[in-house]
Amino acid sequence: MKIHSKTKRHLVPYMFVAPFLISLIFFYLYPLISTVIMSFQHIVPGEVEFIGFENYAKLNDEHFFIAIKNSFVYTTLTIAVLIPIPVIFAATLNGKKFIGSTIFRSVFFIPSLVSVVVAGTIVRLIFASPDGALINSLISYFNITPQKWLMAGKFHAMFLLVILATWRWTGINIIYFLSGLQTIPDELYEAASIDGANTVQKFLVITLPLLKPIVIFVTTISILGGFSMFEESYILWQGTSPSNIGLTMVGYVYRKGFQSGDLGMGSAVGLVLLVIILVLSIIQLLFWGFFKRSES
Amino acid sequence: MIRYRSRQSLISFFLLILFSVFSVITLFPIFALIMSSFRPGTDLMRFGITMESLLNRDKNLDNYRELFFGERSLFNLWFRNSMIILMLQTSVTVFLTSLVGYGLAVYTFKGRNVLIGLVLILMMVPIQILILPLYKMMITMKLMNTILGVMLPFMLSPIAIFFFRQFCLGLPLELMDAARIDGLSESGIYFRIMSHLMLPAYGAMAILEGLRSWNNYLWPLIVLRTTKKFTIPIGLNTLLTPYGNNYNVLISGAVIATIPIIILFLMFQRYFISGLSSGSVKG
Repeated sequence: MKIHSKTKRHLVPYMFVAPFLISLIFFYLYPLISTVIMSFQHIVPGEVEFIGFENYAKLNDEHFFIAIKNSFVYTTLTIAVLIPIPVIFAATLNGKKFIGSTIFRSVFFIPSLVSVVVAGTIVRLIFASPDGALINSLISYFNITPQKWLMAGKFHAMFLLVILATWRWTGINIIYFLSGLQTIPDELYEAASIDGANTVQKFLVITLPLLKPIVIFVTTISILGGFSMFEESYILWQGTSPSNIGLTMVGYVYRKGFQSGDLGMGSAVGLVLLVIILVLSIIQLLFWGFFKRSES
Repeated sequence: MIRYRSRQSLISFFLLILFSVFSVITLFPIFALIMSSFRPGTDLMRFGITMESLLNRDKNLDNYRELFFGERSLFNLWFRNSMIILMLQTSVTVFLTSLVGYGLAVYTFKGRNVLIGLVLILMMVPIQILILPLYKMMITMKLMNTILGVMLPFMLSPIAIFFFRQFCLGLPLELMDAARIDGLSESGIYFRIMSHLMLPAYGAMAILEGLRSWNNYLWPLIVLRTTKKFTIPIGLNTLLTPYGNNYNVLISGAVIATIPIIILFLMFQRYFISGLSSGSVKG
């Protein structure tokens, strides 16, 4: 009887993690393995044929490189904008004497509540082509010629995508950084004040180093989010942007897998995407010294 | 000292102004959307959002009337579908991921570190690359075009598990021993004691998971086949064609689509930052 209850005790933790084990096997491992298998297959309805690396060979294709380049540029730009700005905002909002901090937090967070379809629609309508549309009429005050924003080319396209990302995600990153800032003990700042450090010095010597875990976390999710961006460009251009200015890697997976029905090719693109994201994330973690024993 | 104080307050004042300006810029697009939703859809289609659509006082509720009562409008159905998915998916996801995160934090058992490692790796796997095999799987399981098909594959988000684990590392584990001595079972400890301490975490994750479910786009786009089964984002996007003149329904639908999630945010807001801050940092 005693042994029985002891084994039961041992099983308890597994009961708690069981949902994860089940979903891991069915919805991650199994699909991952079948993606790998599918990437070596030519799949047409009712017929599956192993073709070795042919799908990967077909990736040597202009559209695929445009997709990679777009995703890469988008990810780099969003990280360049969406880490420094939220850090500075959060540090300011965290100041004890700053009035209205709670209200500003909520205000900046509100755009993250808006769905990508709604946000994309707003961007389409504000950046519409007619001279009278909001942004165009605004820039004409400054003697800049009205633009056909969505159709003008890759720079405009990337600009719109980054603006959209900045608008939607600044607030959520502020909250991540704020949560990190709130764990930094006040005594550190007080001690620094006694030593005569000014605000900027305190920020560089105390705030930034102690914020490192959050910076790592936000960078990791930004790499993932940047490279897996698809919806934004799908909404803005409805799937067919002129000369692929809005084509991303997931867009290419979608195009190959669902629009052309080439599941094998789509899988191959997806796996390349996975490798890129994993490699970049690991490089990033190495850069921060995440794997060093002393850190943990 | 006095001069120092006044310089300090001058800086605060300047920052206050600066942040107010940023706030106005941040909220302006939503304001523009709402104002334009009272203007004729034909205007929007031809000119986009203009100064005219913001300032013109000739505004009416026609777009909303068309949205809810229009003969061909399916918005009520989409709204219902989205609501069902939001409530089911958010509650199930938050509950299950809290169990897993809790289990990984408070118990030591064989394979725990492997599982934690897997959670971390899965956080870096773009779920978009799994959609092709999952799509095949949904066909086999006959779950295409069903609400269950939309929810099932992404019920457990690795990020939420990670968050709950980090949060639970900070729980007072002495309480568990005390409860065990009192004869409470392990599930009893979770439900009767720990779950109360985890309220901030539930709140924070309810917002983030609710958001993910309500705004989810790519996967429902693949699973849902008939217009009546669509969720709001998928439905709204079908109105966005270069051919149809549906901007009136689209824009009022966009406004309505944002309201439930803002309510959810306001409901759980007080837990949001405290919940996130106790969870996301350790580690």
